[in-house]
Amino acid sequence: MNSGVVTLFKLAVLAGLMLFPAIGSSFYVELVAKILVMAIFAMSLALLVGFTGLVSLGHAAYFGIAAYTVALIAPEYEAANLWFVLAASVLAAGAAAFFVGLFVLRTKGIYFIMVTLAFAQMAYYIFHDTALGRSSDGIYLNVKPDASLFGWTPFSLDDPAQLYYFILAAMAAVFVLLSFVLRSPFGRVLAGIHSNEHRMKSLGYATFRYKLAAFTLAGALAGVAGFLYAVLFGFVTPEYLSWHQSGNVLLMVILGGLGSLAGAVAGAFAFIGLQEMFSDWTKHWQLLMGLVIVAAVLFMPTGLAGLPRRIFRTVNWGEDDE
Amino acid sequence: MSEAMLVADRLTRHFGGLTANLEVCITLERGKLHALLGPNGAGKSTCINMLSGDLPPSAGRILLEGQDVTGLDSAERSHRGIGRSYQRTNIFPQFTVLENCRLAAQSRRPRPWRIFTDAMKTRDTVERARAAIVEAGLGGREQRKAGLLSHGEQRQLEIAMVLATDARVLLLDEPLAGMGSEESAQMVELLRELKQNRAILLVEHDMDAVFAVADTITVMVEGSVLESGPPEQIRNSEEVQAAYLGEEEHG
Ligand SMILES: Nc1ncnc2c1ncn2[C@@H]1O[C@H](COP(=O)(O)OP(=O)(O)OP(=O)(O)O)[C@@H](O)[C@H]1O
Ligand SMILES: [Mg+2]
Repeated sequence: MNSGVVTLFKLAVLAGLMLFPAIGSSFYVELVAKILVMAIFAMSLALLVGFTGLVSLGHAAYFGIAAYTVALIAPEYEAANLWFVLAASVLAAGAAAFFVGLFVLRTKGIYFIMVTLAFAQMAYYIFHDTALGRSSDGIYLNVKPDASLFGWTPFSLDDPAQLYYFILAAMAAVFVLLSFVLRSPFGRVLAGIHSNEHRMKSLGYATFRYKLAAFTLAGALAGVAGFLYAVLFGFVTPEYLSWHQSGNVLLMVILGGLGSLAGAVAGAFAFIGLQEMFSDWTKHWQLLMGLVIVAAVLFMPTGLAGLPRRIFRTVNWGEDDE
Repeated sequence: MSEAMLVADRLTRHFGGLTANLEVCITLERGKLHALLGPNGAGKSTCINMLSGDLPPSAGRILLEGQDVTGLDSAERSHRGIGRSYQRTNIFPQFTVLENCRLAAQSRRPRPWRIFTDAMKTRDTVERARAAIVEAGLGGREQRKAGLLSHGEQRQLEIAMVLATDARVLLLDEPLAGMGSEESAQMVELLRELKQNRAILLVEHDMDAVFAVADTITVMVEGSVLESGPPEQIRNSEEVQAAYLGEEEHG
């Protein structure tokens, strides 16, 4: 596909998302906001799974730790400062990922999947069963954080439209940040590790450090998503850290197509959109979702991100890929 | 011996009950090419793997310019100036030839924090990579996907990648295997040039090539050094004839 066409398409999607609150009902505005948050979450995992070759099945831990951080440090009946709680949540998630990464990145393949899951289960039980999580039912975040910066208030998250735009801006920022990271020298090392880690070592790369940096960054960005999710719904529960959540975000990445940021975003849209649609029809929506995933993996091996190329294969765009 | 760069001091490696290397001693000198010969399974690759840090020795030491590097991993040894190529092609098949070599060059100029810099536009790494590609005889192939190169070209790419890391000690495991005669001759020429300011260990089955460039030859059989010396001595050695060179006529 011609890269100009792709950029145009992405800008059109962005424009559509920007106009959406003007036309969508409040229900749909909140739904799309939720999708955008999950898109951030999916992109953060894509950095590991799609670009570095690290299949984590415990990514919800960092999402949930950030969500709990804001719920636990925000005062009960007053607004917390947005910038402070955002930084604290993201730092907490990043620090947790750094610490876990020190251990799990010493393993490979199936063992890596197992130990990331094991750490996430431990985090789940900490919030579910200990005093730190207060109650196994969760905690309310009664008041949305206040965006004041040195006495100036640029926007208010109490207004659903402004909250939506804040989330959209965060999604766009994460997309742009990761796009830069992936083409930077650091990102190329991750691609090299994905392709052939042994060779990277013999070329002189201390691959463990690079993987640890990627794991920490992915955890911090999952933290951005978890933070926004807590603010959007005003509520946190241990379920945010559950392995269902880790599995769902992995499915979004796979559905979207490994190795594509835009694919991760598309995967979040498709997954949550279908979830919403199926759960309207039946309470056994998981069955339908399972069928869709199986069909997608069988018939769409490159995911949603690969669809345009497959559709336009007959058209010669002048780009040679073989 | 004053120019000794890399010294293998009684390197031994066991695989379960099998002794793949037994007290192997090899000295690589700057400006010299040392060839390591031996029949299949003699332990040549195992020896290279220990020197490069891919495989820990069971016993023995490795000295680089007098310093003990036995405990360093392959990445650290690479930074000390040891570079290697692999017998079984070991490249990044999905990347272009240029990107394979650029990654190699980038390991000397890592810039991990420059996340807003486009790696493909870091001029010093791209230039180093291009020079290495031309040196290894792959000029014009920069934009090809490495996995689509012919086998011989992939061997050349292996060499280009080592060159791009500016290694001073080259450990080359059968670089000529699968190359056409023209490419082979070109590679022998390159080896002659490369050895001028480097130390090279060459494992190779192509006898014409070995005798054309080697300054010293070590012959291994079943994990042990059978004989080591200048090419003339090896050529005329009856032991070597019996153990190795004789049967090579058929291969
Ligand atoms: N990782 C390993 N595990 C077990 N045995 C091994 C391993 N690597 C090598 N060996 C054994 O050690 C012996 C020496 O192998 P090596 O690859 O060093 O031989 P070589 O001289 O390079 O042979 P060739 O000319 O076929 O490349 C062989 O018997 C081989 O089967
Ligand atoms: Mg070998």
